[in-house]
Amino acid sequence: MTQPSPIEPLEIESKSSAPTAVFVFVGVILLAFLGFLYMGLQRSQQGPVKVGDPMPPIVLTTFDGDPIDTSAEKGKVVLVNFWASWCKPCESEAAALQEAWEYYQPGGQVLFIGVDYVDTEPEALESLEKYSITYPNGPDLGTKISQMFRITGVPETFIIDRDGNLAYIQIGPFGSTDQIKSLIDPLLQ
Amino acid sequence: MAKKAFVFVLLAVTFFANLQTAAVFAQEKTPVTDDDVNEVARQLYCPVCENISLDVCPTQACEQWRSLIREKLEAGWTTEQINSYFATQYGDRVLAEPPKKGINWLVYILPPAMIIAGAVLLARTITRLRAPKKNIASVSRTADTSGDKYLTRVEEELKKRKG
Repeated sequence: MTQPSPIEPLEIESKSSAPTAVFVFVGVILLAFLGFLYMGLQRSQQGPVKVGDPMPPIVLTTFDGDPIDTSAEKGKVVLVNFWASWCKPCESEAAALQEAWEYYQPGGQVLFIGVDYVDTEPEALESLEKYSITYPNGPDLGTKISQMFRITGVPETFIIDRDGNLAYIQIGPFGSTDQIKSLIDPLLQ
Repeated sequence: MAKKAFVFVLLAVTFFANLQTAAVFAQEKTPVTDDDVNEVARQLYCPVCENISLDVCPTQACEQWRSLIREKLEAGWTTEQINSYFATQYGDRVLAEPPKKGINWLVYILPPAMIIAGAVLLARTITRLRAPKKNIASVSRTADTSGDKYLTRVEEELKKRKG
């Protein structure tokens, strides 16, 4: 019985580790990018804030340089109005908002905040002067507040109750001062 | 005496005239053309109407922003300062080129990394395709036949015939 020929050792290709490292690196970056995209998509699909949602505090510096922090105004009803000088419908509600503010200001139970959305300061100040707006107004720096409220445009107004929960959302301009009062008054009782 | 007074008045007039001119020069703004404004506006996007650069955006808001750019340029601001101001006011999304920080780095790293990985993959595939294929017969000759008695007999017969 003849012996079979000896088995030659199989040649195993020696793979250099450099390309593998490149693929791992690219893979990690790609995964991070996809994760980032996923987070962005989730955020964009969150939709608007809902009535009853607890609202985070609003921190803003007014055009006059006064700081405003709603966390220090607990127990008050807060009306947050997003507007801009280039927004025509915002002009139609300016007088109603100012009138409502003049009505509630003496009581000290309601706070109005105007948030100037992506605007230029000279034109914003001009608008405030034109409509004699006296309630605190400031720019939405970096659009942080509007992102927090997930606004869809201007004007939009959010009314927050005494407990800090969202009570009402007004998309578009208010029709009258009475409409504003009808929304705030029940929250004061 | 009158001559001295005349010289004094002349000097005083010259002095105040120079002061006036200096004041006028100090108030003069840097001349800014529409092209200068558009050059900066091209690097910024309308924060309201997305995906439209500020230089071609027709809205009133964009007109205001272009005026703002003009004012800043007249005041001697650089493009970087204006871009930074816009980013602070309206968020990073107004910048045509995302700032190189945080997660934005992915935008700069990922495309070249993908190109490098693609190039490496292509190079490896080409190298493999070009490499000579191993002779199948030589592989089978080296196979272990000890476990198969029929195959062993065949091999023996073949050797006899060759021998």
